[in-house]
Amino acid sequence: MELLVASAIGLITAVGVYLILQQWTFPIVVGLTLLSYAVNIFLFAAGRLAVNQPPILTGADAYADPLPQALVLTAIVISFGMTALIVVLALRGFLETETDSADIPPDDLKADKR
Amino acid sequence: MLLAFVTLTPFLGAILPLLAIRFGRNTCALAAGAVTLTALVLLMSQAPAVYDGEVITWGVPWLPMIGMSFSFFLDGLGLFFAALILGMGLLIILYARYYLGSEDPMGLFYFYLLLFQGAMVGIVLSDNILLLIVFWELTSLTSFLLIGYWSDQAASRQGARMALVVTGAGGLALIGGMLLLGHIAGSYEISEILQRGDVIRSSPLLLPTLLLILGGAFTKSAQFPFHFWLPHAMAAPTPVSAYLHSATMVKAGLFLLARFWPVFASTDAWFLIVAPVGLITMLIGAWIALFRDDLKALLAYSTVSHLGLTTMLLGMATPLAAIAAVFHILNHATFKAALFMSAGIVDHEAGTRDIRKLGGLLTLMPITATLAFIASASMAGIPLFNGFLSKEMMLEEASHTVYAGYPWIFPVLATLAALVSAAYSYRFAISTFLGKPRDDYPKKPHDPPVGMWLPVAILIVPVIAIGILPALTAGAIVERTALAVVGGQLPEYKLALWHGVTPALWMSVIALAGGALLFTAYRQAEALHRVFAGPEAKRLYDAAIAALVSGARAFTDATHNGSLPRYAGIILTAIVAVGATAFLSAPYAAGTREVIPVEFPALAAWVVLAAICVALLFWHRERLLALVLTSGVGLITSLAFLEFSAPDLALTQISVDIVTTILLLLALNLLPKTSRGEAPLAGRLGRSTLSAAVGLGVGALAYAIITRDFQSISDYHLAEAKPGGGGTNVVNVILVDFRGFDTFGEIIVLGIAAITIFALLDTALRGAAAKTLESIRSPEQSKDAHPLMLVVATRVLLPLALTVAVFIFLRGHNQPGGGFIAGLIVAVALIMQYLASGYAWAAERTSVDTQTVIGAGVAIAGLAGLGSLFFGWPFLTSTYTYVELPLIGEIELASAIAFDLGVFLAVVGVVMLSLAQISRVEERAEHEPVPEGPMDVPLKKGRIVSSNGQES
Repeated sequence: MELLVASAIGLITAVGVYLILQQWTFPIVVGLTLLSYAVNIFLFAAGRLAVNQPPILTGADAYADPLPQALVLTAIVISFGMTALIVVLALRGFLETETDSADIPPDDLKADKR
Repeated sequence: MLLAFVTLTPFLGAILPLLAIRFGRNTCALAAGAVTLTALVLLMSQAPAVYDGEVITWGVPWLPMIGMSFSFFLDGLGLFFAALILGMGLLIILYARYYLGSEDPMGLFYFYLLLFQGAMVGIVLSDNILLLIVFWELTSLTSFLLIGYWSDQAASRQGARMALVVTGAGGLALIGGMLLLGHIAGSYEISEILQRGDVIRSSPLLLPTLLLILGGAFTKSAQFPFHFWLPHAMAAPTPVSAYLHSATMVKAGLFLLARFWPVFASTDAWFLIVAPVGLITMLIGAWIALFRDDLKALLAYSTVSHLGLTTMLLGMATPLAAIAAVFHILNHATFKAALFMSAGIVDHEAGTRDIRKLGGLLTLMPITATLAFIASASMAGIPLFNGFLSKEMMLEEASHTVYAGYPWIFPVLATLAALVSAAYSYRFAISTFLGKPRDDYPKKPHDPPVGMWLPVAILIVPVIAIGILPALTAGAIVERTALAVVGGQLPEYKLALWHGVTPALWMSVIALAGGALLFTAYRQAEALHRVFAGPEAKRLYDAAIAALVSGARAFTDATHNGSLPRYAGIILTAIVAVGATAFLSAPYAAGTREVIPVEFPALAAWVVLAAICVALLFWHRERLLALVLTSGVGLITSLAFLEFSAPDLALTQISVDIVTTILLLLALNLLPKTSRGEAPLAGRLGRSTLSAAVGLGVGALAYAIITRDFQSISDYHLAEAKPGGGGTNVVNVILVDFRGFDTFGEIIVLGIAAITIFALLDTALRGAAAKTLESIRSPEQSKDAHPLMLVVATRVLLPLALTVAVFIFLRGHNQPGGGFIAGLIVAVALIMQYLASGYAWAAERTSVDTQTVIGAGVAIAGLAGLGSLFFGWPFLTSTYTYVELPLIGEIELASAIAFDLGVFLAVVGVVMLSLAQISRVEERAEHEPVPEGPMDVPLKKGRIVSSNGQES
């Protein structure tokens, strides 16, 4: 199972990175979403994998590590906040410039360097 | 303790002139003088002890882990330099009072000067070499401020910048050298290092250490080939030139050489490097000085030459040469400061310091002329003045120095340098003051006020006194200082005017006579100088700086091309490179943790995930499809959480997925539906390789981590969740109790993100964005904007969903659930209404402002945390109790539930605000009026309005 989870993390990361390296904003947002998934599973897995041991106190012998779970829970919600913010940024950028390219327009770049 | 006060007094006192300037310029100068005098008196109170042979130390640890301490020590060498710095400082303060014009900010000048003075004293009194570096860098910074004092002049700024670059670069070298030195010696205290010369000399790191330290010393003391900055620093006000470039800053390099003389002088490298560098500097400096027409430039190159002389003496590595070096430092400081001040007076009174426009000033300003004549004679090395004595000692040492098997190099070149030195000294004095008075001076010259020539006169006293009675006046100082430099017994030597007919005497005679000859043949010499004008160091420096700037610009242009993929690519490549390097340079063994056997459903999920990932690579340009596929990844993520004992995460993930997907769908409605253009093959290949590398790295890292055992800190949380937090769902207890502060911060961050979204979208309804909105034409519009089935289903589900949310919320403390999940469920239920019935319909029925909800959530969570303060517990301490309710029975009430309520409200508010704002913008893009939803049943005269707006 460990191998499955680790390779899944690797796969999702690879696709996420591939999308982040695109030129348009929407694939980048999707790529970030995928990266959030990968990172969240990664953090969660840092508490090691356990089957049928939810950290709900029932008198069992062993429980899964609750701390990474708590951290990842907030991370998932924060990821939503981040995705929402960035997609709105992309949207606003598109509405302002009528293009959804993520590159700095050449004119602006020249103005920067002056 | 007292030593620290000597160093800190100028720093602390630096503020006084800034305050005192309100009470006039005299008060200001007095304040600066008083500060310097205080430090000098404190220092001199220790002089008797030092002259009895004591070494005074004092220190406290500062950063003991890196060997840094705030420690000082005072021996003959430190005392000599500190007294020179402070004593000269007093004279300069007096001189500057009259030199500075009424438009110059005097308070600021003394402020800088005192800071510089403190830094210099710090250098010469530091025991710890790291502390010494701190003061060393401070002198670079403060001298930058002083040289650039007239910051409205381009020459000042350029000179200051050049000095900072050169001495700053040298400072970097010095840091490296000092760290190596401390590493080899096993101590960063100079007093310790001086005892461990053997260890240092036998270290294989000796040469790099020596070279780095020399790099610092040579740049500071303007030794060839770093000599070019000093003349450009002459753009500074003359008091600064006199202070920095005669007595103090440029002597810091010499101090360093003298300080570590006992450690390094007996190595071959020292003699082979330091002595010839000094010799070359002495010669080149003198030669250039001869042909300068600017009095200060002449003196500047002369200073370079004399610094070279002293460096050469220290480099000769014999105790007698070291004695001569100390003696010359003293003599040079007196006559050179006097000359700088004289040049300043001439400039001040005649309005120019160009030799070609001067001459005949003797009768016009007799006092200045006399003083300058004496100082020049000393610089030329004429007997009866102190410059003669130390120069003679130098020539004596040079006469029996054999370099690389050639016995003639040092004597001949040293005599030649002395000859040129005599020539420029004659030129300085004769061309300025002798001859017929002219009538074309820019100003009418006359002697300055007493305050201005008095410091010069004070300096002339030792010039003559030492010159006539050297042993009586300077013998003790030279002996005590040289003892500290050599660090052992001194050989027989005699400070005297007459040593008999020695080779040095003949060399002196040749130098003085030859100098006179050279001066009379000045025109011919100048022609020769023009022919043999070598490459000017400044031009090389400028070219180097220009190349650096254009190189940096080219690099920026190449990397900063405005392409986000490129930036991300560079960052990711760097990360991969670092990770790969670390992995390849360390041993690796497989993890030993027991592996969970693979189950079929998990394998199936993995296969689906892999398929989705591959599909995404190929079809990511079809954005809707990409979105659908991504939500599939989210779904499998939730399943994974469920499988691996994280029910709370599974619930959160799936609700967040729904919300995220809706959000992205809404955004996609306005954005282009497909990505245009295909990147070239090479680009795609590069991206694929990089992505694969990152994925491989992250996957391998994850595998390495999860196949190893570890020590978790969660046992505490598991054990304390019930007795301490009153809940059995440990994840929830951690969120609202153990790590409640984190959660509190997090909902604030969420709130800020939502407000930002609001700000971004609210303003999108105006300006350029609004125009784009108007022009967006959705190609395909559903004929049925509000499908009946959907509308009915969502409205029926709403109360159910709310009930479920309440249930999930209440049980969260003990079972999977809690504020986050409940909040998401409520948000999803409400969003469904927007989706099904339209923004207008839903917004009309929303009576609560989402921003208020967010605010209320944060406020409630905060208040719940503050509540514990009333009971004397820390912020966010929770408590719980059991209450007996009729019918329901005993239920548990934890104070944390109030906190969780805040979380719940914040999450609802954030999600609703984000989605509703996008919906609101969408509505603007809908050009046709949104049809009324069917389920409102607006029975207009008995007719039902259908969803597509047509009456039926």
